[in-house]
Amino acid sequence: MKKSRIRVLVAKPGLDGHDRGAKVIARALRDAGMEVIYTGLRQTPEQIVETAIQEDVNVIGLSILSGAHMYLFPRIIDLLNERGINDILIIAGGIIPVEDIAELKKMGVREIFTPGTDTKRIVEFIEKNVS
Amino acid sequence: MFFEEQERLEKEKKSWENKLLEKTLSKYPERKDKFVTGSNREVKGLYDPTDIKELDYLEDLGFPGAYPFTRGVQPTMYRGRLWTMRQYAGFGDAEESNKRYKYLLKNGQTGLSIAFDLPTQIGYDSDHPMSHGEVGKVGVAIDSLRDMEILFDGIPLDKVSTSMTINAPAAILLAMYIVVAEKQGIPEEKLEGTIQNDILKEYIARGTYIYPPLPSMRLITDIFEYCSEKLPRWNTISISGYHIREAGSTAVQEIAFTLANGIAYVDAAVKKGLDIDQFAPRLSFFFNAHNDLFEEVAKFRAARKLWADIMKNRFGAKDPKSMMLRFHTQTAGCTLTAQQPDNNIVRVTLQALAAALGGTQSLHTNSRDEALSLPSQKSVRIALRTQQIIAYESGITETVDPIAGSYYVEKMTKEIEDAAMDYIDKIDQLGGAPKAIEKGFTQREIQNSAYEYQKDIESKKRVIVGVNQFQSEEEPIKDLLKVNPEIEKKQIKKLQEVRQNRNETEVKEKLSLLKDAAESGKNIMPFILDCVRNYALLGEICNQMREVFGEYKESLKI
Repeated sequence: MKKSRIRVLVAKPGLDGHDRGAKVIARALRDAGMEVIYTGLRQTPEQIVETAIQEDVNVIGLSILSGAHMYLFPRIIDLLNERGINDILIIAGGIIPVEDIAELKKMGVREIFTPGTDTKRIVEFIEKNVS
Repeated sequence: MFFEEQERLEKEKKSWENKLLEKTLSKYPERKDKFVTGSNREVKGLYDPTDIKELDYLEDLGFPGAYPFTRGVQPTMYRGRLWTMRQYAGFGDAEESNKRYKYLLKNGQTGLSIAFDLPTQIGYDSDHPMSHGEVGKVGVAIDSLRDMEILFDGIPLDKVSTSMTINAPAAILLAMYIVVAEKQGIPEEKLEGTIQNDILKEYIARGTYIYPPLPSMRLITDIFEYCSEKLPRWNTISISGYHIREAGSTAVQEIAFTLANGIAYVDAAVKKGLDIDQFAPRLSFFFNAHNDLFEEVAKFRAARKLWADIMKNRFGAKDPKSMMLRFHTQTAGCTLTAQQPDNNIVRVTLQALAAALGGTQSLHTNSRDEALSLPSQKSVRIALRTQQIIAYESGITETVDPIAGSYYVEKMTKEIEDAAMDYIDKIDQLGGAPKAIEKGFTQREIQNSAYEYQKDIESKKRVIVGVNQFQSEEEPIKDLLKVNPEIEKKQIKKLQEVRQNRNETEVKEKLSLLKDAAESGKNIMPFILDCVRNYALLGEICNQMREVFGEYKESLKI
């Protein structure tokens, strides 16, 4: 029997307008056979969580290059926890300094892909980690 | 070239191809089946006079400082004056950024370039819910005139030229700058600088829009009008290809989409009834510089020639100053790698060299650590030194347009010009740049190029040193710059103080007059100046216009 397709929400939290990476990854994931929903710019954590629930996604991919990740990512995770959601794989990418990566992983971001990452690595990571 | 001479050349070339070249190729095949530029345009193994036989020196190149300006906008270029070295900087609050500017000026930088944080760029005060986590991050936070006063404290505004990367709220930041100058006793007509003020590329590539296109274009033409009367030395717009390229476009798309946007601004201003030779000399441009040295130089030259032609023949400009494409360049942030960051110094050197060989009027060189975080002071200094070494040690500044006449570069200049013109024609057919953006055409073209580029890297068709080849383990760079997390609180406190100390009735009245002006179609600048003088907050001013103009929402296609 064919497995159902993995559903991914690619999201741009905050005010950051750099969407090249998010769009390239959205397309690469789609080419790899996943269902991709892209939020567009300027999403609040509340909007992202709401969309993730509405769209019943397996994965949330957060992209941010503005430096606001230490506020926005934890907020998204808190909101998911408040709603009792713990089966969505959260990954992220962008300009994120090394020391923040460790901290974000502790909070529940499963992997962070920094500039130069091969999109195939992201596809493999998702396929391996979506239950 | 004379006919006989050309015939002889072509005969000799055939013979070279058949004898020497073929023999070599059969023994030593080339490294690749197809060679391409950084923007995927095919490159031949050899260029010679037959490639530029159509080139007419006087018509296509001419002399520097004269139409069509292919060789540069000034007759002596860098022999007269070097380009302005202008590092884009700003972070945290006004106090901290003021210190960085003074540091840069002390180190020989010749102009300021202000980076604003995202809430400022999108018209939110620091205490707005959308501003949480963003205050002071990618630039300096400005909420009111108070912050601007601190930002330029001790920097006499008649002694520097200041470029401000501000778009949707450009009129407000310009007004604040004018009032700060006023308080320093400097009349506005003496001010020199640039506001980016290019909203169309925000919808395409950069994302800091507020209002829909139509009222946004009106704000821009209001600024053109105000400045043509009051600030004759101010660049009223910096029509930007930089971000279009960062979003993944090719070199051709970069100049084509930028010039198409330029055409839209000129159209709007002419429709408003402005005289082209009154405002066009103050239009300026902003381009990217990538690693493919010759292609980038050809791009800059082609852009100059195209704009001169558009202004003269499409719009009927008479003043040669209206036809001159003057531009700022920034090296390509998107080419910088997080891996082996010191290699970025070399990339930036190549890119800066391309900008200088391309005849830029000012230049920002990126810092090696920008794929990791905001640049540290040390990295910024290396970046500035890179420009200084090119300017003072490389020798390329001693003559005008030194690589003109290269068969390869002249051929490529022509090819890029033609390809860009094809795009401009296509955009005209779609109804102009705003329509092409509305239809998603421009964005789609860029996304396709970005995706192709990524696939080429992943298939190793394109080598990126340290990323998909020559990888090595490296110690991460230490002392990355961190923005103080207390900035947001500090900024909000300062904003509350401003609110407490101003004349609230006066502010309310000025804001309401501004709203009336927005509705009536009067030039908005004097009304914004009045709001700013009375310490109305940036967000408050933007909100007045939000109520009249509405807000833009992007329509999405991937």
